[in-house]
Amino acid sequence: MKVVVCVKQIPDPADPGALDPETRTLKRDVKLILDESDSYGVEMGLQLVDNAGGGEVTLVSMAPNNEQSGLRTALAMGAESATLISDTELIGSDALTTAKVLAAAIKDQEPDLVIAGSESSDGYTGTVPEMIAAVLDLPSVTAAKSIEVNGDAIQVQRQTDAGYDVVDCSLPAVISVTAGVVEPRYPSFKGIMAAKSKPLDEKSSADLGFAPDAVGWAGSGQEIVGVEEAPQREAGEVIEDDGEAHLKIVEFLENLKVI
Amino acid sequence: MTLDTIWVYAEVVDGEVTSTTLELLTKARDLADTVACVVAGDEGDDVAEVLGSYGAETVYETGDLDGALVGVPVAAAIAAACDAGDGPDAVLAATTYDGRDVAARLSVKLDRTVITNCVDVEVDGDTLVGTEPIFGGATDIKTKLTGDGPHLVLLRPKSFAAEPSGGDEADVEELEVPDLGNSGGATVSDRFVEESDGPKLDEADLVVSGGRGLGEADKFALVADLAKSLSGAAGASRAIVDAGWVPYSQQVGQTGKVVKPNVYIACGISGATQHLVGMKGSKNIIAINKDPEAPIFGVADLGIVGDVHKVMPALLEALASR
Repeated sequence: MKVVVCVKQIPDPADPGALDPETRTLKRDVKLILDESDSYGVEMGLQLVDNAGGGEVTLVSMAPNNEQSGLRTALAMGAESATLISDTELIGSDALTTAKVLAAAIKDQEPDLVIAGSESSDGYTGTVPEMIAAVLDLPSVTAAKSIEVNGDAIQVQRQTDAGYDVVDCSLPAVISVTAGVVEPRYPSFKGIMAAKSKPLDEKSSADLGFAPDAVGWAGSGQEIVGVEEAPQREAGEVIEDDGEAHLKIVEFLENLKVI
Repeated sequence: MTLDTIWVYAEVVDGEVTSTTLELLTKARDLADTVACVVAGDEGDDVAEVLGSYGAETVYETGDLDGALVGVPVAAAIAAACDAGDGPDAVLAATTYDGRDVAARLSVKLDRTVITNCVDVEVDGDTLVGTEPIFGGATDIKTKLTGDGPHLVLLRPKSFAAEPSGGDEADVEELEVPDLGNSGGATVSDRFVEESDGPKLDEADLVVSGGRGLGEADKFALVADLAKSLSGAAGASRAIVDAGWVPYSQQVGQTGKVVKPNVYIACGISGATQHLVGMKGSKNIIAINKDPEAPIFGVADLGIVGDVHKVMPALLEALASR
């Protein structure tokens, strides 16, 4: 079974960064890490290949700055190889362009299954996996909790507000997985060492056939026209629990006539 | 300044139009002269009165979809109408599981970008400008769709108050779904509803949420019990959803649900920007956390610096003895 997993390298969410006032893009000149949301997709892919008794997981990622460390993390988890589409023309790409570029890189690999996280932790548009499917003319199931392979089809549990739906889907397909549904493995020392020599193929958007005006800011159908500080809430009373603080909560709820 | 026509992707769950759909319709009335809805399935007649009373003049129904996941057929039907010259100037959908699927497929079909996670949208000439909160809501960015329509916008639930327009029952028309080809290969064969006796998370007047400070998965019971005793809903921070303690459907935050209840009680939640954007629109916020420096206290009306394992049981007991 051949599985392609889409991964994104993002600024560390613990240090959320800032907008570059010139370009109005998120500053990405910091070291990027593997988006934790994507570690679930990598784990899901590795488990499916294990269960199928053969095959491989490969990675596809797009970044404006040649960053590889997040990809090396996913390679250390067990993926075989990675493709990184990286050039400065890509800066400012919208979700649609991102999906077109990733789809172009995925297409040549002819995978049985494409897996992505449901939404990235930084941009969180939550639209790219479904867009990749649309570009490749494949069926898709978003917000998957589990994937079970049955021959040339899969059965997916798809998260809903009330529970989950069981969805039958033909292969090849694109599936996005929600966070927390599998436990991503920690890369072993052996895995980390092996990852250093695994193939990492770097391509530019031009290599994939995209003209400079089809990607980045030029190819984007949107323009940021304003950046404003949002009105902030004021902090209220903060008290230290002396064993009786729960009574303050009761009083607060009483004043609101909630109880 | 208004657009001519906006279509709203209307979601119907168990025969009921979702509250988010009505919020979007209310906003769409401000933006366009004519508002219509697109509904997946053949229940158009059942919802035409409600949708009409919130301003939809027409309900376009796709007809029976035979269990297909809605994203592909709904987007294909809208795109076919656009190609035939019968489409709208803009399509609005909500940032929900199905709303995102519809907008994403449509974006590729029409080769138009979609702006996402918007909490407001306004008309600018013949296009739309969306407002999106970033950095946990500390900053708003305004993004204008450039190029020709149809313009595509995904809006977060709870961004607008739903207000009826007093309109008449909407006309129901069929929107033909073209052949879906290879993309139409996903169908729902079964539905599981997890039993829950309380209100829905995004509709509840009171929400109790738990985070990493609970220490272990079993302790989420404290959150569930407190929510139950206050007739509220239980929510969670991303950290404990990622850890697999509770399902994603209970996540409150930037990724996850936006809630705006009358009362929000955050238990063992530090208040990462990721979480704040999903709950700081709540009317009253109570926070319990042992770290006095936790950012959650910056938005709380009542902050308790203390151990959730002591404060919550004491609170449950005090509530039970009333």
